[in-house]
Amino acid sequence: MIMIFGIPGPLLFGQLLLGLINGAFYAMLSLGLAVIFGMLNIINFAHGALFMMGAFVAWILLDALGIGYFPSLILAPLIVGAFGVVLERTIISRLYKLDHLYGLLLTFGLSLVIEGLFRNAYGSSGLPYRIPDILQGATNLGFMYMPNYRGWVVLAALVVCFSTWAIIEKTSLGATLRAATENAPLVQAFGVNVPRVVTLTYGAGVALAAFAGVLAAPIYSVNPNMGSNFINTVFAVVVIGGMGSILGSIVTGFGLGVIEGLTKVFYPQASATVVFLVMIIVLLARPRGLFGKAA
Amino acid sequence: MPEFRMLEISELNAWYGESHILHGVDFNVQEGEVVTLLGRNGAGKTTTMKSIMGLVGRREGSVKFKGGETIDLMPNLIARAGIAFCPEERGIFGSLSVTENLMLPPIVAPGGLSVDEIYALFPNLKERAKTAHGTRLSGGEQQMLAIARILRTGARMLLLDEPTEGLAPVIVQQIGRTIREIKSRGFTVLLVEQNFRFAATVADRHYVMEHGKIVDMIENAQLGSSMDKLHEYLGV
Repeated sequence: MIMIFGIPGPLLFGQLLLGLINGAFYAMLSLGLAVIFGMLNIINFAHGALFMMGAFVAWILLDALGIGYFPSLILAPLIVGAFGVVLERTIISRLYKLDHLYGLLLTFGLSLVIEGLFRNAYGSSGLPYRIPDILQGATNLGFMYMPNYRGWVVLAALVVCFSTWAIIEKTSLGATLRAATENAPLVQAFGVNVPRVVTLTYGAGVALAAFAGVLAAPIYSVNPNMGSNFINTVFAVVVIGGMGSILGSIVTGFGLGVIEGLTKVFYPQASATVVFLVMIIVLLARPRGLFGKAA
Repeated sequence: MPEFRMLEISELNAWYGESHILHGVDFNVQEGEVVTLLGRNGAGKTTTMKSIMGLVGRREGSVKFKGGETIDLMPNLIARAGIAFCPEERGIFGSLSVTENLMLPPIVAPGGLSVDEIYALFPNLKERAKTAHGTRLSGGEQQMLAIARILRTGARMLLLDEPTEGLAPVIVQQIGRTIREIKSRGFTVLLVEQNFRFAATVADRHYVMEHGKIVDMIENAQLGSSMDKLHEYLGV
Protein backbone atom coordinates (compact mmCIF):
# COMPACT_ATOMS: atom_id res chain seq x y z
CA MET A 1 0.00 0.00 0.00
CA ILE A 2 1.25 3.50 -0.81
CA MET A 3 1.88 5.66 2.26
CA ILE A 4 1.90 9.46 2.00
CA PHE A 5 3.09 11.35 5.08
CA GLY A 6 2.44 8.16 7.02
CA ILE A 7 -1.16 8.03 5.81
CA PRO A 8 -2.42 5.16 3.66
CA GLY A 9 -2.91 6.44 0.09
CA PRO A 10 -6.49 5.22 -0.38
CA LEU A 11 -7.57 6.98 2.81
CA LEU A 12 -5.94 10.23 1.75
CA PHE A 13 -7.35 10.13 -1.77
CA GLY A 14 -10.76 9.06 -0.49
CA GLN A 15 -10.93 12.09 1.79
CA LEU A 16 -9.61 14.32 -0.99
CA LEU A 17 -12.43 13.13 -3.23
CA LEU A 18 -14.99 13.69 -0.48
CA GLY A 19 -13.50 17.15 -0.03
CA LEU A 20 -13.82 17.82 -3.75
CA ILE A 21 -17.48 16.69 -3.68
CA ASN A 22 -18.29 18.96 -0.75
CA GLY A 23 -16.27 21.68 -2.46
CA ALA A 24 -18.36 21.24 -5.61
CA PHE A 25 -21.50 21.98 -3.60
CA TYR A 26 -19.86 24.88 -1.74
CA ALA A 27 -18.81 26.33 -5.09
CA MET A 28 -22.22 26.00 -6.77
CA LEU A 29 -24.07 27.40 -3.77
CA SER A 30 -21.72 30.29 -3.08
CA LEU A 31 -21.69 31.11 -6.79
CA GLY A 32 -25.47 31.57 -6.75
CA LEU A 33 -25.18 33.67 -3.61
CA ALA A 34 -22.49 35.81 -5.25
CA VAL A 35 -24.57 36.39 -8.38
CA ILE A 36 -27.62 37.32 -6.30
CA PHE A 37 -25.66 39.53 -3.93
CA GLY A 38 -23.98 41.38 -6.80
CA MET A 39 -27.24 42.22 -8.51
CA LEU A 40 -29.83 42.49 -5.73
CA ASN A 41 -27.61 43.48 -2.81
CA ILE A 42 -29.41 40.85 -0.81
CA ILE A 43 -27.79 38.12 1.23
CA ASN A 44 -30.03 35.26 0.23
CA PHE A 45 -30.38 33.24 3.39
CA ALA A 46 -33.09 31.15 1.71
CA HIS A 47 -30.41 29.64 -0.55
CA GLY A 48 -30.06 26.45 1.50
CA ALA A 49 -33.81 25.92 1.55
CA LEU A 50 -33.98 26.37 -2.23
CA PHE A 51 -31.12 23.86 -2.65
CA MET A 52 -33.17 21.45 -0.54
CA MET A 53 -36.23 22.21 -2.69
CA GLY A 54 -34.26 21.21 -5.79
CA ALA A 55 -33.57 17.78 -4.28
CA PHE A 56 -37.19 17.39 -3.18
CA VAL A 57 -38.59 18.42 -6.55
CA ALA A 58 -36.40 15.74 -8.18
CA TRP A 59 -37.63 13.19 -5.63
CA ILE A 60 -41.29 14.19 -6.15
CA LEU A 61 -40.94 14.15 -9.94
CA LEU A 62 -39.64 10.58 -9.71
CA ASP A 63 -42.10 9.45 -7.06
CA ALA A 64 -45.26 10.98 -8.52
CA LEU A 65 -44.58 11.15 -12.26
CA GLY A 66 -41.79 8.65 -12.82
CA ILE A 67 -39.54 11.37 -14.24
CA GLY A 68 -35.93 10.25 -13.86
CA TYR A 69 -32.69 11.85 -12.78
CA PHE A 70 -31.45 13.45 -15.99
CA PRO A 71 -34.73 15.18 -16.97
CA SER A 72 -34.96 16.35 -13.34
CA LEU A 73 -31.54 17.91 -13.61
CA ILE A 74 -33.16 20.35 -16.08
CA LEU A 75 -36.74 20.41 -14.77
CA ALA A 76 -36.10 20.91 -11.05
CA PRO A 77 -33.95 24.06 -11.55
CA LEU A 78 -36.64 25.42 -13.89
CA ILE A 79 -39.42 24.75 -11.38
CA VAL A 80 -37.51 26.07 -8.36
CA GLY A 81 -36.17 28.99 -10.44
CA ALA A 82 -39.76 29.92 -11.34
CA PHE A 83 -40.61 29.76 -7.64
CA GLY A 84 -37.67 32.12 -7.02
CA VAL A 85 -39.00 34.53 -9.66
CA VAL A 86 -42.35 34.61 -7.88
CA LEU A 87 -40.63 35.18 -4.51
CA GLU A 88 -38.58 38.05 -5.93
CA ARG A 89 -41.53 39.74 -7.64
CA THR A 90 -43.98 39.41 -4.76
CA ILE A 91 -41.82 39.77 -1.63
CA ILE A 92 -38.11 40.41 -2.01
CA SER A 93 -38.48 43.33 -4.44
CA ARG A 94 -40.17 45.34 -1.70
CA LEU A 95 -36.93 45.50 0.27
CA TYR A 96 -34.49 47.01 -2.23
CA LYS A 97 -34.69 50.50 -0.79
CA LEU A 98 -34.12 49.27 2.79
CA ASP A 99 -31.02 48.22 4.72
CA HIS A 100 -29.29 44.87 3.92
CA LEU A 101 -30.46 43.54 7.25
CA TYR A 102 -34.10 43.43 6.13
CA GLY A 103 -33.28 41.24 3.15
CA LEU A 104 -31.28 38.93 5.38
CA LEU A 105 -34.10 38.66 7.92
CA LEU A 106 -36.74 38.12 5.26
CA THR A 107 -34.85 35.40 3.42
CA PHE A 108 -33.91 33.74 6.73
CA GLY A 109 -37.60 33.69 7.63
CA LEU A 110 -38.46 32.33 4.20
CA SER A 111 -35.99 29.49 4.64
CA LEU A 112 -37.58 28.55 7.98
CA VAL A 113 -41.04 28.56 6.40
CA ILE A 114 -39.96 26.50 3.40
CA GLU A 115 -38.09 23.96 5.53
CA GLY A 116 -41.03 23.76 7.94
CA LEU A 117 -43.46 23.04 5.13
CA PHE A 118 -41.30 20.22 3.79
CA ARG A 119 -40.74 18.79 7.27
CA ASN A 120 -44.48 18.82 7.80
CA ALA A 121 -45.17 17.05 4.53
CA TYR A 122 -42.25 14.59 4.34
CA GLY A 123 -40.88 14.24 7.89
CA SER A 124 -37.23 14.79 8.70
CA SER A 125 -35.82 11.26 8.49
CA GLY A 126 -34.80 11.61 4.86
CA LEU A 127 -35.87 9.93 1.63
CA PRO A 128 -33.56 7.83 -0.55
CA TYR A 129 -32.87 8.78 -4.17
CA ARG A 130 -31.28 6.12 -6.33
CA ILE A 131 -28.17 6.82 -8.35
CA PRO A 132 -29.12 6.52 -12.05
CA ASP A 133 -28.02 3.18 -13.53
CA ILE A 134 -25.55 4.65 -15.96
CA LEU A 135 -23.62 6.26 -13.08
CA GLN A 136 -23.65 3.22 -10.78
CA GLY A 137 -20.44 1.47 -9.89
CA ALA A 138 -16.88 2.66 -9.51
CA THR A 139 -13.82 3.15 -11.69
CA ASN A 140 -10.32 2.05 -10.77
CA LEU A 141 -8.08 5.07 -11.17
CA GLY A 142 -4.97 3.05 -10.31
CA PHE A 143 -4.38 4.74 -6.98
CA MET A 144 -7.98 4.46 -5.75
CA TYR A 145 -11.52 3.41 -6.67
CA MET A 146 -13.71 6.36 -7.55
CA PRO A 147 -17.51 5.95 -7.36
CA ASN A 148 -18.75 7.02 -10.81
CA TYR A 149 -21.52 9.20 -9.44
CA ARG A 150 -19.08 11.23 -7.36
CA GLY A 151 -16.86 11.82 -10.35
CA TRP A 152 -19.90 12.96 -12.29
CA VAL A 153 -20.85 15.44 -9.56
CA VAL A 154 -17.41 17.06 -9.59
CA LEU A 155 -17.43 17.22 -13.39
CA ALA A 156 -20.97 18.63 -13.61
CA ALA A 157 -20.21 21.22 -10.92
CA LEU A 158 -17.05 22.33 -12.72
CA VAL A 159 -18.91 22.68 -16.01
CA VAL A 160 -21.76 24.66 -14.43
CA CYS A 161 -19.43 26.92 -12.43
CA PHE A 162 -17.21 27.78 -15.36
CA SER A 163 -20.17 28.26 -17.72
CA THR A 164 -21.63 30.73 -15.24
CA TRP A 165 -18.28 32.46 -14.94
CA ALA A 166 -17.95 32.63 -18.74
CA ILE A 167 -21.46 34.02 -19.19
CA ILE A 168 -20.82 36.77 -16.66
CA GLU A 169 -17.28 37.68 -17.67
CA LYS A 170 -17.23 37.02 -21.43
CA THR A 171 -20.66 37.73 -22.95
CA SER A 172 -22.60 40.92 -23.65
CA LEU A 173 -25.35 39.71 -21.33
CA GLY A 174 -22.72 39.38 -18.62
CA ALA A 175 -21.42 42.89 -19.41
CA THR A 176 -24.95 44.22 -18.90
CA LEU A 177 -25.18 42.38 -15.57
CA ARG A 178 -21.82 43.71 -14.40
CA ALA A 179 -22.77 47.24 -15.46
CA ALA A 180 -26.13 47.01 -13.68
CA THR A 181 -24.30 45.87 -10.54
CA GLU A 182 -22.23 49.06 -10.71
CA ASN A 183 -24.86 51.61 -11.71
CA ALA A 184 -28.34 50.24 -12.27
CA PRO A 185 -30.15 53.54 -12.98
CA LEU A 186 -27.75 54.44 -15.80
CA VAL A 187 -28.08 50.99 -17.38
CA GLN A 188 -31.84 51.40 -17.23
CA ALA A 189 -31.50 54.84 -18.84
CA PHE A 190 -29.74 53.09 -21.75
CA GLY A 191 -32.93 51.12 -22.41
CA VAL A 192 -32.35 47.94 -20.40
CA ASN A 193 -35.32 46.73 -18.37
CA VAL A 194 -33.29 46.47 -15.17
CA PRO A 195 -36.09 45.29 -12.85
CA ARG A 196 -36.67 42.35 -15.18
CA VAL A 197 -32.93 41.59 -15.30
CA VAL A 198 -32.88 41.60 -11.48
CA THR A 199 -35.80 39.18 -11.30
CA LEU A 200 -34.23 36.81 -13.81
CA THR A 201 -30.89 37.00 -12.02
CA TYR A 202 -32.53 35.92 -8.79
CA GLY A 203 -34.30 33.14 -10.67
CA ALA A 204 -30.99 32.00 -12.20
CA GLY A 205 -29.18 32.05 -8.85
CA VAL A 206 -31.99 30.02 -7.32
CA ALA A 207 -31.94 27.60 -10.25
CA LEU A 208 -28.23 27.04 -9.62
CA ALA A 209 -29.02 26.10 -6.01
CA ALA A 210 -31.74 23.72 -7.20
CA PHE A 211 -29.35 22.14 -9.74
CA ALA A 212 -26.91 21.52 -6.90
CA GLY A 213 -29.80 20.07 -4.91
CA VAL A 214 -30.58 17.51 -7.62
CA LEU A 215 -26.90 16.55 -7.84
CA ALA A 216 -26.90 16.12 -4.06
CA ALA A 217 -30.05 13.99 -3.90
CA PRO A 218 -28.36 10.58 -4.54
CA ILE A 219 -25.39 11.40 -2.26
CA TYR A 220 -27.07 12.80 0.83
CA SER A 221 -30.51 11.62 1.80
CA VAL A 222 -33.25 14.00 0.62
CA ASN A 223 -34.35 15.71 3.82
CA PRO A 224 -35.57 19.16 4.85
CA ASN A 225 -32.36 20.00 6.73
CA MET A 226 -29.92 19.18 3.94
CA GLY A 227 -29.65 22.86 3.00
CA SER A 228 -29.05 24.20 6.50
CA ASN A 229 -26.25 21.64 6.96
CA PHE A 230 -24.42 23.25 4.07
CA ILE A 231 -25.34 26.87 4.31
CA ASN A 232 -23.17 27.92 7.27
CA THR A 233 -20.04 26.71 5.51
CA VAL A 234 -21.23 28.26 2.26
CA PHE A 235 -21.53 31.68 3.89
CA ALA A 236 -17.97 31.28 5.20
CA VAL A 237 -16.91 30.46 1.62
CA VAL A 238 -18.60 33.62 0.35
CA VAL A 239 -16.85 35.75 2.97
CA ILE A 240 -13.45 34.17 2.31
CA GLY A 241 -13.81 34.45 -1.47
CA GLY A 242 -14.99 38.05 -1.29
CA MET A 243 -18.66 39.10 -1.34
CA GLY A 244 -20.04 39.06 -4.84
CA SER A 245 -16.89 37.70 -6.52
CA ILE A 246 -17.71 35.01 -9.07
CA LEU A 247 -14.26 33.51 -9.50
CA GLY A 248 -13.69 33.85 -5.75
CA SER A 249 -16.74 31.69 -5.04
CA ILE A 250 -15.64 28.93 -7.37
CA VAL A 251 -11.98 28.75 -6.32
CA THR A 252 -12.74 29.17 -2.61
CA GLY A 253 -15.58 26.64 -2.73
CA PHE A 254 -13.46 23.86 -4.18
CA GLY A 255 -10.39 24.91 -2.19
CA LEU A 256 -12.14 24.83 1.17
CA GLY A 257 -13.76 21.49 0.39
CA VAL A 258 -10.29 20.06 -0.18
CA ILE A 259 -8.86 21.72 2.94
CA GLU A 260 -11.74 20.27 4.94
CA GLY A 261 -11.09 16.81 3.46
CA LEU A 262 -7.37 16.96 4.27
CA THR A 263 -8.10 18.10 7.80
CA LYS A 264 -10.25 15.00 8.25
CA VAL A 265 -7.18 12.91 7.44
CA PHE A 266 -4.53 14.72 9.45
CA TYR A 267 -6.45 16.20 12.38
CA PRO A 268 -10.07 14.99 12.32
CA GLN A 269 -11.03 16.92 15.46
CA ALA A 270 -10.63 20.23 13.60
CA SER A 271 -12.50 19.28 10.43
CA ALA A 272 -15.71 21.05 11.47
CA THR A 273 -13.94 24.26 12.42
CA VAL A 274 -11.13 24.55 9.88
CA VAL A 275 -13.27 26.54 7.45
CA PHE A 276 -14.00 29.14 10.09
CA LEU A 277 -10.34 29.26 11.12
CA VAL A 278 -9.45 30.02 7.50
CA MET A 279 -12.18 32.67 7.48
CA ILE A 280 -10.71 34.37 10.55
CA ILE A 281 -7.20 34.34 9.12
CA VAL A 282 -8.35 35.66 5.73
CA LEU A 283 -10.45 38.39 7.31
CA LEU A 284 -7.52 39.49 9.48
CA ALA A 285 -5.17 39.65 6.50
CA ARG A 286 -7.62 40.75 3.78
CA PRO A 287 -10.91 42.07 5.16
CA ARG A 288 -12.54 42.19 1.72
CA GLY A 289 -11.85 38.49 1.03
CA LEU A 290 -9.37 36.75 -1.26
CA PHE A 291 -10.94 37.92 -4.53
CA GLY A 292 -12.96 40.88 -3.28
CA LYS A 293 -12.57 44.27 -4.89
CA ALA A 294 -11.78 47.30 -2.80
CA ALA A 295 -14.96 49.08 -1.81
CA MET B 1 -42.89 74.21 -43.12
CA PRO B 2 -43.26 74.40 -39.34
CA GLU B 3 -40.25 73.18 -37.40
CA PHE B 4 -40.72 69.79 -35.82
CA ARG B 5 -40.66 69.86 -32.05
CA MET B 6 -38.41 67.02 -30.97
CA LEU B 7 -38.69 67.76 -27.28
CA GLU B 8 -41.37 69.87 -25.64
CA ILE B 9 -41.26 70.38 -21.93
CA SER B 10 -43.94 72.23 -20.00
CA GLU B 11 -44.62 72.81 -16.32
CA LEU B 12 -42.00 70.24 -15.37
CA ASN B 13 -41.64 69.79 -11.61
CA ALA B 14 -39.20 67.38 -10.00
CA TRP B 15 -38.30 66.25 -6.51
CA TYR B 16 -35.41 64.43 -4.87
CA GLY B 17 -36.99 62.93 -1.80
CA GLU B 18 -38.58 65.87 0.01
CA SER B 19 -36.69 68.61 -1.80
CA HIS B 20 -38.50 70.28 -4.66
CA ILE B 21 -35.84 71.05 -7.31
CA LEU B 22 -37.66 71.99 -10.53
CA HIS B 23 -40.50 74.50 -10.30
CA GLY B 24 -42.29 74.48 -13.63
CA VAL B 25 -39.64 74.22 -16.35
CA ASP B 26 -40.80 75.16 -19.88
CA PHE B 27 -38.73 74.90 -23.05
CA ASN B 28 -38.51 73.08 -26.33
CA VAL B 29 -35.92 71.72 -28.73
CA GLN B 30 -36.50 71.53 -32.50
CA GLU B 31 -35.32 68.65 -34.57
CA GLY B 32 -31.68 69.07 -35.61
CA GLU B 33 -30.96 71.84 -33.12
CA VAL B 34 -28.22 72.07 -30.52
CA VAL B 35 -29.68 73.79 -27.47
CA THR B 36 -27.90 74.50 -24.21
CA LEU B 37 -29.09 74.92 -20.68
CA LEU B 38 -26.95 77.56 -18.96
CA GLY B 39 -27.04 78.55 -15.33
CA ARG B 40 -25.20 78.56 -12.05
CA ASN B 41 -24.51 75.51 -9.96
CA GLY B 42 -27.71 74.27 -8.38
CA ALA B 43 -30.00 76.02 -10.88
CA GLY B 44 -31.51 72.66 -11.86
CA LYS B 45 -29.79 71.91 -15.19
CA THR B 46 -28.69 68.37 -14.36
CA THR B 47 -32.01 67.67 -12.64
CA THR B 48 -33.77 68.76 -15.84
CA MET B 49 -31.71 66.23 -17.80
CA LYS B 50 -32.40 63.47 -15.29
CA SER B 51 -36.08 64.35 -15.22
CA ILE B 52 -36.28 63.98 -18.98
CA MET B 53 -34.81 60.46 -18.58
CA GLY B 54 -37.10 59.63 -15.65
CA LEU B 55 -34.14 59.34 -13.26
CA VAL B 56 -35.52 61.52 -10.45
CA GLY B 57 -37.61 60.30 -7.53
CA ARG B 58 -40.76 62.07 -8.64
CA ARG B 59 -41.65 64.25 -11.64
CA GLU B 60 -44.79 66.00 -12.77
CA GLY B 61 -45.81 68.10 -15.75
CA SER B 62 -45.25 67.21 -19.36
CA VAL B 63 -42.24 65.93 -21.30
CA LYS B 64 -43.27 65.27 -24.89
CA PHE B 65 -40.82 63.52 -27.19
CA LYS B 66 -41.77 63.58 -30.90
CA GLY B 67 -45.26 64.51 -29.75
CA GLY B 68 -45.68 61.56 -27.36
CA GLU B 69 -46.00 62.04 -23.61
CA THR B 70 -43.19 60.35 -21.62
CA ILE B 71 -43.84 61.64 -18.11
CA ASP B 72 -45.19 58.31 -16.85
CA LEU B 73 -42.66 56.09 -18.60
CA MET B 74 -39.83 54.11 -16.97
CA PRO B 75 -36.29 55.22 -17.98
CA ASN B 76 -35.74 52.14 -20.14
CA LEU B 77 -38.83 52.96 -22.24
CA ILE B 78 -37.77 56.61 -22.57
CA ALA B 79 -34.42 55.38 -23.88
CA ARG B 80 -36.17 52.97 -26.25
CA ALA B 81 -38.22 55.89 -27.59
CA GLY B 82 -34.94 57.37 -28.85
CA ILE B 83 -33.42 59.63 -26.18
CA ALA B 84 -29.86 58.91 -25.07
CA PHE B 85 -28.19 60.33 -21.98
CA CYS B 86 -24.54 61.03 -21.23
CA PRO B 87 -24.31 61.82 -17.51
CA GLU B 88 -22.11 64.46 -15.94
CA GLU B 89 -20.07 61.87 -14.03
CA ARG B 90 -19.68 60.05 -17.41
CA GLY B 91 -20.79 56.70 -16.01
CA ILE B 92 -17.96 54.59 -17.41
CA PHE B 93 -18.09 51.11 -15.90
CA GLY B 94 -14.87 49.91 -14.24
CA SER B 95 -15.81 46.25 -14.40
CA LEU B 96 -16.27 46.47 -18.17
CA SER B 97 -13.55 46.76 -20.79
CA VAL B 98 -13.49 49.76 -23.10
CA THR B 99 -15.12 47.71 -25.87
CA GLU B 100 -17.77 46.36 -23.51
CA ASN B 101 -18.53 49.91 -22.36
CA LEU B 102 -18.86 50.99 -25.99
CA MET B 103 -21.17 48.08 -26.87
CA LEU B 104 -23.23 48.22 -23.66
CA PRO B 105 -26.21 50.45 -24.59
CA PRO B 106 -28.69 48.44 -26.65
CA ILE B 107 -29.54 49.57 -30.18
CA VAL B 108 -32.90 51.37 -29.95
CA ALA B 109 -33.35 52.34 -33.62
CA PRO B 110 -31.57 51.94 -36.95
CA GLY B 111 -29.31 54.76 -38.11
CA GLY B 112 -26.75 54.89 -35.31
CA LEU B 113 -23.06 55.31 -36.05
CA SER B 114 -21.11 52.16 -36.83
CA VAL B 115 -18.12 51.23 -34.70
CA ASP B 116 -15.82 52.23 -37.58
CA GLU B 117 -17.45 55.67 -37.80
CA ILE B 118 -17.06 56.04 -34.04
CA TYR B 119 -13.38 55.12 -34.21
CA ALA B 120 -12.96 57.65 -37.04
CA LEU B 121 -14.45 60.33 -34.78
CA PHE B 122 -12.49 59.20 -31.71
CA PRO B 123 -9.17 57.66 -32.83
CA ASN B 124 -7.97 57.44 -29.19
CA LEU B 125 -10.76 55.01 -28.38
CA LYS B 126 -9.61 52.65 -31.10
CA GLU B 127 -6.12 52.63 -29.60
CA ARG B 128 -7.51 51.98 -26.12
CA ALA B 129 -10.18 49.44 -27.19
CA LYS B 130 -8.38 46.57 -25.50
CA THR B 131 -8.10 48.31 -22.11
CA ALA B 132 -9.59 45.90 -19.59
CA HIS B 133 -11.19 48.45 -17.29
CA GLY B 134 -13.05 51.44 -18.70
CA THR B 135 -12.09 53.54 -15.71
CA ARG B 136 -8.36 53.17 -16.54
CA LEU B 137 -8.87 55.71 -19.34
CA SER B 138 -7.98 59.35 -18.83
CA GLY B 139 -10.81 61.77 -18.04
CA GLY B 140 -10.93 62.99 -21.64
CA GLU B 141 -10.97 59.46 -23.04
CA GLN B 142 -13.73 58.48 -20.64
CA GLN B 143 -15.78 61.47 -21.81
CA MET B 144 -15.29 60.49 -25.44
CA LEU B 145 -16.29 56.91 -24.63
CA ALA B 146 -19.38 58.16 -22.81
CA ILE B 147 -20.43 60.15 -25.89
CA ALA B 148 -19.34 57.47 -28.37
CA ARG B 149 -21.40 54.71 -26.83
CA ILE B 150 -24.66 56.65 -27.16
CA LEU B 151 -23.96 57.51 -30.81
CA ARG B 152 -24.13 53.80 -31.61
CA THR B 153 -27.66 53.31 -30.33
CA GLY B 154 -29.61 55.00 -33.09
CA ALA B 155 -31.16 57.48 -30.64
CA ARG B 156 -31.49 60.82 -32.44
CA MET B 157 -31.93 63.00 -29.36
CA LEU B 158 -28.84 63.26 -27.17
CA LEU B 159 -28.66 64.73 -23.68
CA LEU B 160 -25.07 65.69 -22.85
CA ASP B 161 -24.48 66.82 -19.28
CA GLU B 162 -21.35 69.03 -19.02
CA PRO B 163 -19.23 67.09 -21.50
CA THR B 164 -16.33 69.56 -21.20
CA GLU B 165 -16.12 69.73 -17.42
CA GLY B 166 -12.58 69.47 -16.11
CA LEU B 167 -11.02 68.65 -19.48
CA ALA B 168 -7.95 70.10 -21.21
CA PRO B 169 -8.61 72.73 -23.95
CA VAL B 170 -7.49 70.41 -26.74
CA ILE B 171 -10.04 67.78 -25.62
CA VAL B 172 -12.73 70.43 -25.28
CA GLN B 173 -12.05 71.38 -28.91
CA GLN B 174 -12.37 67.74 -29.97
CA ILE B 175 -15.70 67.45 -28.19
CA GLY B 176 -16.82 70.68 -29.87
CA ARG B 177 -15.93 69.22 -33.28
CA THR B 178 -17.83 66.05 -32.38
CA ILE B 179 -20.97 67.96 -31.45
CA ARG B 180 -20.84 69.95 -34.72
CA GLU B 181 -20.30 66.70 -36.64
CA ILE B 182 -23.27 64.94 -35.09
CA LYS B 183 -25.41 68.05 -35.62
CA SER B 184 -24.49 67.95 -39.29
CA ARG B 185 -25.71 64.35 -39.32
CA GLY B 186 -29.11 65.53 -38.12
CA PHE B 187 -28.88 64.62 -34.45
CA THR B 188 -30.66 66.84 -31.93
CA VAL B 189 -28.64 67.78 -28.86
CA LEU B 190 -29.56 69.21 -25.49
CA LEU B 191 -26.39 70.32 -23.75
CA VAL B 192 -25.81 71.39 -20.17
CA GLU B 193 -22.85 73.74 -19.91
CA GLN B 194 -21.15 75.92 -17.33
CA ASN B 195 -18.77 77.20 -19.97
CA PHE B 196 -20.85 79.47 -22.22
CA ARG B 197 -17.86 80.35 -24.40
CA PHE B 198 -17.78 76.68 -25.39
CA ALA B 199 -21.57 76.60 -25.69
CA ALA B 200 -21.46 79.55 -28.10
CA THR B 201 -19.28 77.56 -30.52
CA VAL B 202 -21.77 74.71 -30.94
CA ALA B 203 -25.30 75.81 -30.04
CA ASP B 204 -28.23 77.39 -31.89
CA ARG B 205 -30.03 78.64 -28.81
CA HIS B 206 -29.44 78.94 -25.09
CA TYR B 207 -31.91 78.66 -22.24
CA VAL B 208 -30.92 80.21 -18.93
CA MET B 209 -32.02 78.48 -15.73
CA GLU B 210 -32.32 79.95 -12.25
CA HIS B 211 -33.83 78.38 -9.14
CA GLY B 212 -35.42 75.48 -10.98
CA LYS B 213 -37.00 77.54 -13.78
CA ILE B 214 -36.16 78.75 -17.27
CA VAL B 215 -35.74 82.52 -16.97
CA ASP B 216 -34.55 83.50 -20.44
CA MET B 217 -33.86 82.28 -23.97
CA ILE B 218 -31.04 83.71 -26.06
CA GLU B 219 -30.43 82.98 -29.74
CA ASN B 220 -26.78 82.19 -30.35
CA ALA B 221 -26.58 85.09 -32.82
CA GLN B 222 -27.66 87.48 -30.06
CA LEU B 223 -25.18 86.11 -27.58
CA GLY B 224 -22.66 88.92 -28.19
CA SER B 225 -25.18 91.66 -27.49
CA SER B 226 -26.52 89.82 -24.45
CA MET B 227 -23.19 89.53 -22.67
CA ASP B 228 -24.05 91.88 -19.80
CA LYS B 229 -27.30 90.06 -19.14
CA LEU B 230 -25.54 86.70 -19.30
CA HIS B 231 -22.78 87.75 -16.92
CA GLU B 232 -25.44 88.74 -14.46
CA TYR B 233 -27.28 85.40 -14.81
CA LEU B 234 -24.17 83.29 -14.51
CA GLY B 235 -22.31 85.48 -12.05
CA VAL B 236 -19.07 85.26 -14.02
